[in-house]
Amino acid sequence: MEFGPHLLLATLEGAVGAAVLALTALGLSLVFGVMRVVNVAHGEFYMLGAVVAWFVASTLGSAPATGFVAALLIAPVCAAVVAMAADRLVLKRLHYDPEATIVATIGILYIMQQTALMGFGPEARPVAPPFNTRIALPWVEWGENGLALFYPWGLSTTSYKLFVIAAAAAILIGFALFLSRSRFGLIMRATQLDRETALAFGIPVERVYSLVFGLGAALAAFAAVLIVPIQQAHYLMGADPLLLSFIVVIIGGLGSLRGTVVAALLIGMSDGIISVFFSPTLAKILATLLVALVLVFRPQGLYGKKRA
Amino acid sequence: MLKLAGVGAGYGPVQVLYDFDLEARAGEVLCLLGRNGAGKTTTLKAIMGLLPLSGGTVTLNGADITALPAHEVPKRGIGYVPQGRRLFSELTVSENIEIGLMARGNGRATRARVLEMFPRLSERLDQRAETLSGGEQQMLATARALCLEPSVLLLDEPTEGLQPSMIQLIRETVEAMRAQGVAIVLVEQRIEAVLTLSDRVAFIENGHSREVVDTSDLTAASPLLKKYVGV
Repeated sequence: MEFGPHLLLATLEGAVGAAVLALTALGLSLVFGVMRVVNVAHGEFYMLGAVVAWFVASTLGSAPATGFVAALLIAPVCAAVVAMAADRLVLKRLHYDPEATIVATIGILYIMQQTALMGFGPEARPVAPPFNTRIALPWVEWGENGLALFYPWGLSTTSYKLFVIAAAAAILIGFALFLSRSRFGLIMRATQLDRETALAFGIPVERVYSLVFGLGAALAAFAAVLIVPIQQAHYLMGADPLLLSFIVVIIGGLGSLRGTVVAALLIGMSDGIISVFFSPTLAKILATLLVALVLVFRPQGLYGKKRA
Repeated sequence: MLKLAGVGAGYGPVQVLYDFDLEARAGEVLCLLGRNGAGKTTTLKAIMGLLPLSGGTVTLNGADITALPAHEVPKRGIGYVPQGRRLFSELTVSENIEIGLMARGNGRATRARVLEMFPRLSERLDQRAETLSGGEQQMLATARALCLEPSVLLLDEPTEGLQPSMIQLIRETVEAMRAQGVAIVLVEQRIEAVLTLSDRVAFIENGHSREVVDTSDLTAASPLLKKYVGV
């Protein structure tokens, strides 16, 4: 395949990764932004979403679409319930201390991972996509008779991958609207800006924290349900999204949702493109290098605010 | 109305208030006066439930509110204008006011009434709080607290760093609230404002409540001011 079509293919693969990464990183950024908690277990809520998706899909067993839609509804709720329980049982008791909660979420990570290993097993398990029509993509080339449209061999995607991009974009837009227009969005933003003043105006901050932790986990789980028909569910699958989410959140600016989305596009797309043209390892090396550069030259990230 | 009895409070292991007593009555301005670090701001935070009490009780209209979670205190009708305003800086004027309205479920009528008191805020409803001038920020901080329709209003240095016209506006607002029967607890450093605005002055020294006197018994040259404030 020539360079142009190859690049288009790589860009599409990158866009799928970026879409899922944006959702996952948004959850991490939200939790840090509002609660000031660095949730090291965030990748495990992603894994939980995938595992629950497999469980729901295989239990229902009927048409793939039924199982997938059920998983899309059930997995985020399950992840949110587990996250809220972890918040009540662990984080709240640590008074959301930034250092202590890092150690605690490492513990939660291992508990969830090992529980998944015991209950789900070490195998990677597939979930059937609800639809997966192959779509050939056209390419334009200058020929003897001027511009000509043709379909290069191998230049194609699937309807499901396009759905993943569209669904993630819809959730991101919906979430932005929720944050800016809804009452709970306003409460979340106020709590993020000044916890003490929020309390002085009747905002039950600990309840908000609990819901935010649940919401962050639900976003990760939703992302996992979207990707599991492409990547399969596995008990160790949380590590990569966690690393990439941290990279995205640091580059975008801790707690900045706009920065998170921009950085997810940057990292997700470059990860996809570099992985296709070179290797996934090189993509991770470059992303990590970018984090180092951001930390040195713009520690607050692209959209983060400098702290006094 | 609002009563503190034997209150102890502080920040973690550092105790600031010791066996602290205070009583604010409806329709009066009670000024807390003391040197820097005496515990004036700590007293207001203790009333709001923002600091854990190591002892004592806080009662509002006879009801014990000591053990209430901090977010329940404003719902009982205690409005707070913190030192330094503490606005939700990235939220708009309108959103800051909305937060004030939420606590007690107040609606449009309250909003309209409060904005009528601060017409300049009405012109800046979509502006982010951080872009307002210092005086406008103080207006917003006060308006936000008034959105609770409070029966007790705690004001922590509301005139700090403001120009005279803004100080006058804040003064008029305090007087209007007093006339409506609101109990006002004011922390103020400017002696002239204390003497002309307050009804009683409670002197605080090293976290202890000392004397409470009628302002009419004080003058700028009063020995009590020299003793507790150093002026």
